[in-house]
Amino acid sequence: MQVGWDAGIKQRLAIEVKGMKILLFGIAKDIAGAPVIQVDAPVAKVAALKEHLYQQYPRLRELKSCMIAVNKVYATDDAALQPGDEIAVIPPVSGG
Amino acid sequence: MDVWIDIKENITVQEALDFVQSPDSGGVAVFVGNVRNETKGKPVRQLFFECYAPMALLELEKIAAHTRAAMGIKKIAILHVSGNKLPGDTVVVIAAAAPHRAAAFEACQYAIDTLKDTVPIWKKEYFEDGEVWVAAHP
Repeated sequence: MQVGWDAGIKQRLAIEVKGMKILLFGIAKDIAGAPVIQVDAPVAKVAALKEHLYQQYPRLRELKSCMIAVNKVYATDDAALQPGDEIAVIPPVSGG
Repeated sequence: MDVWIDIKENITVQEALDFVQSPDSGGVAVFVGNVRNETKGKPVRQLFFECYAPMALLELEKIAAHTRAAMGIKKIAILHVSGNKLPGDTVVVIAAAAPHRAAAFEACQYAIDTLKDTVPIWKKEYFEDGEVWVAAHP
């Protein structure tokens, strides 16, 4: 019973995490050709998301840096992604 | 209110200064960043600033909080523009007020250096022969 319930939740999470929307800014937006993209691959961590983005948009690799923000805070590669997170690609900043 | 953080189309030195002035602060320092008319000898026609505003405001709040907690700043204003700007236009103003001048100078230096490092704002330079996102590539 417990196992089945757990599996069900995991499946639901996987489905929800799949439909992730990602915000892009600056040169990352130009490279992707859109201010928001949808990622359908099941990526559970920031590192996996970055790898997915690099495969999809190889020119992101040429940037000086490419950070990911989760819920408006810079996230490390091992940070977990949850359904409903606000995720953004942050290319090298240049304000001021 | 001892901190004023804002991102908007137009900013002035005076509004930042007016915000931080108070009788308990004998030293007020202001940093003003303007659009330079050239980069590496190439004339700059205009700049465009794009902001991830909700996150940029949070990062600016962190900078302001640090100057107050670690440097003894009484009041601080950090204002940044978004949108299109021409050479000579003011794009960032930092005003810091403290009982004595050393903290005010230190806070301005810290705030602009950290802003350029961490705050999600991007600048595109328009030249006669094209445009480029500043500092994007190594």
